[in-house]
Amino acid sequence: MSNKSNATPAKQDAAPAVGTPQSHLAPINANLSKEAKVGLYRTMVRIRRFEERSLRAYQAKKIGGFLHLYIGQEAVAVGCCSLMGANDHVITAYRDHGHAIAVGMDLNALMAEVYGKATGCSKGKGGSMHYFDPSRNFWGGHGIVGGQIPLGVGLAYGVKYKGLKGASMAFMGDGAVNQGAVHESYNLAALWNLPVVFVIENNRYSMGTSQERSSAGFGLAERGRAYGMAWGTCDGHNVYDVRATMDKFLKLARDESKPSIVEVDTYRYRGHSVADPDKTYRTRGEIEDYQNTKDPISLFQKTLLDEGVLTDALIEQIDTEARAEADRSADFAEASPYPTVEDLQKDVYWEVDNPAQKTSQGRIFFS
Amino acid sequence: MPVITYREAIRHALAEELERDPNVVVMGEEVAQFNGAYKVTEGLLAKFGPKRIVDTPISEAGFIGMGVGASMLGVRPVMELMFWSFYSVAFDQILNNAANLRYMSGGQINVPIVIRGPANGGTNVGATHSHTPENVLANHPGVKVVVPATPYDAKGLLKTAIRDNDPVMFLENTILYGDKGEVPAEEYLIPLGKADIKRAGTDLTIVTYGRSVIHSLQAAEILQKEHNRSVEIVDLRTIRPLDIDTVLASVAKTHRVLIVEEQKPFASVGSQLAYMIQREAFDELDGPIHRLTTVDSPAIYSPPVETEQLPNPNRVLKAALEALA
Repeated sequence: MSNKSNATPAKQDAAPAVGTPQSHLAPINANLSKEAKVGLYRTMVRIRRFEERSLRAYQAKKIGGFLHLYIGQEAVAVGCCSLMGANDHVITAYRDHGHAIAVGMDLNALMAEVYGKATGCSKGKGGSMHYFDPSRNFWGGHGIVGGQIPLGVGLAYGVKYKGLKGASMAFMGDGAVNQGAVHESYNLAALWNLPVVFVIENNRYSMGTSQERSSAGFGLAERGRAYGMAWGTCDGHNVYDVRATMDKFLKLARDESKPSIVEVDTYRYRGHSVADPDKTYRTRGEIEDYQNTKDPISLFQKTLLDEGVLTDALIEQIDTEARAEADRSADFAEASPYPTVEDLQKDVYWEVDNPAQKTSQGRIFFS
Repeated sequence: MPVITYREAIRHALAEELERDPNVVVMGEEVAQFNGAYKVTEGLLAKFGPKRIVDTPISEAGFIGMGVGASMLGVRPVMELMFWSFYSVAFDQILNNAANLRYMSGGQINVPIVIRGPANGGTNVGATHSHTPENVLANHPGVKVVVPATPYDAKGLLKTAIRDNDPVMFLENTILYGDKGEVPAEEYLIPLGKADIKRAGTDLTIVTYGRSVIHSLQAAEILQKEHNRSVEIVDLRTIRPLDIDTVLASVAKTHRVLIVEEQKPFASVGSQLAYMIQREAFDELDGPIHRLTTVDSPAIYSPPVETEQLPNPNRVLKAALEALA
C-alpha cells in the first residue's frame, strides 16, 4: 500500500520524495482502461497549457490581481478528482485552476473569469481565486488561507445529513495547517465522524516560508493522530500514487463515514503568485531539480510510454490540442464583454435575483 | 390571544419551522442537552432528537463555517451564538464566506443560514460580551440583519428568516427574553424590511429598534403625560433590508427626529439613518437630527454606570426634550 504512516517532515534541503513503486498495481489504477489513463494524462497537460497561457496573458496585463499557478502540482488535483462519484464534493483554496479543470469545467469560462469578463464562470465577479461550479460539486476557489476548510466539513455534514454515500475533499496548502479554523474543522470532523478527506498539498512553501519555519511537530497529516483521525501521505508527483492513496481514504469516508488527513508531497514551479519574487527563499537549482526529476507530467508520460498506452504521436497530439484549447480560451476571453456597472448589484442576494419569489420589503442596497 | 415571553416566541418559531421543514437543523453551544444557555431551545432536543438539535463544541469558526458549507447543499442550519459577541472569532466564516459566496460564484450559490443569539449590553458582563454588531453586519452586502423588540415580532421574523434563501443575522436580547407579549396561536409571518409604528404621534419621530424600542415607549409615555408631547415610535425591526419609507413618512408627519440605538456612535446604524433622512427628507426637517447612542467607550462592567452608558428611558426622555426644544 502506498500509504505511509511514519511520515517525517520534508527537509528543505532533502531530495524530493521518491514515489511508491507499486501504486500502479493498486486495483484503482490497475483496472483503469487505456482511455482513462490517457484521460488522466490529457487533463494534466490541459491544466499546464491553460496556466502557461494565462501566465502569458498576465504578463501582457490582461489579467488583474493575483495569479496563483498550479504548475508542478497537476497530478494532485487530477488524481483526486478522477475518483469523484456523484455525491463527492471538492473545495479548495486560491490555487484552484487545476481542481476546476480536473472536475471538468470549461476552459473558456475559466480563462474569461481571470480576464474579468462576464462570460467567466463567476461572471467576472470572483477572479482567479474564486472559481465555482456547484453543478460539478466544485465549491470554490477560496481566498482566505484555511477559511474554506470549515465549509468542506459542512459539505460532508450535508452529505451525511441527507443520508447520501459520498465524501468531501477539502484541499489546503501546507500554509493553512496552522490556522485555527483548520484545527476546529479537524475536531468537528472527527467528533462527528464526518465523511471528509482533508488533503494537504504540501508544496513546501507557504508563500515564501518553508515548513521548517512555520510548522512545529512532525508531519502535517500526522496531526490527525491528535484527533483520533486516520492519516497518510503520498507522492504528489505520481498520479497513480495519489489515486491509490486517496481511494483508500475516500472509501473510509464513503463507507464508514470516517474523516482523514492526507499530506501530498508536491512542488510548485512558479512563485506563490506569479508577481512574487521567487528567489529569496529557494534556489533556481532546487526548482530545476524538481522539473528535471519529479515533474508529474513527464513522469506519467514515461510510465504510460512504458505501459504502451501512449505513443510519441499521441503525446504530440495531446499537447497540440491542449495548446490550441488554451489559445482558444484566451481568444474567447479576449472577445468577451466585461460585466457592466449594473451587474455590480446582481448576485448579491438570492432574493433580489429571484424577484418572483421575493418576500422581503424595504431597501436592500444603499447606493 | 396567548401571552408568551420573547424566549418562548423564538422557541415556538424554531419548533414550527423544524416541524415544517426536515432540512432545518438547530445547532450551537448548549442548545440540546443543556436546553440552551438562555433556555431558548428548552425541550427541542426531547421533541426533535439529536439529528435536528445539535450541541457543538466551543468552536464558533468551525461550526458556523460548517453550517455555511452544509447550507450550500440545502441544509437550513439555524446556528445559535451564545452571545453575538462571539461573532468576532467566526468573522471570516460569516462575513467572508456566508456574505460573499453568492457574489464570488456569480450567483451559483446561495447560503440559507440563520445565525441567531443575543446581542446586547446591560447585563454587567463587560466589554467582551456586550457587543451590538448590527452595524458591522449590515455593512456587508449579502447578509440580512434583523433585530426584534417584542415577542410577536421575534416569532414572525424568525420564521421568515429561516425560510429566507439568503444568510440572515438575527440579533436577540437577553434582557428581553423574559418580556411578555401577545402572540397569536395561529401561524403568521412578518416580512423582513417592514418597520412597525409602535406608537403613533405627531411632534417627534423616534427611530429605533431592539431593546431601545422598549425604552423609547416608556419615555414616550412620560412625554405625553408630563410634557404633553406626542411621540411617534418607528421600530425598524429589520436593519437590512431597511424600511426607510416608513421612517420618511413619519418624518414628514412630525418634522423632528431622534434616533435611539444601543450602538456606539461611530458609523452606527443611526449614522446611516441620519444620512438617509437628511438626504431624502431635508425639507421636512424643522431641526437637526438628534441621536442617542451608547456612551462611546468599551462596555463598562460597573452595574450602575453601565445603565447610564446604555440608552435608558431617562436618557431617551432627555434626548427627546432636546430634539423637541
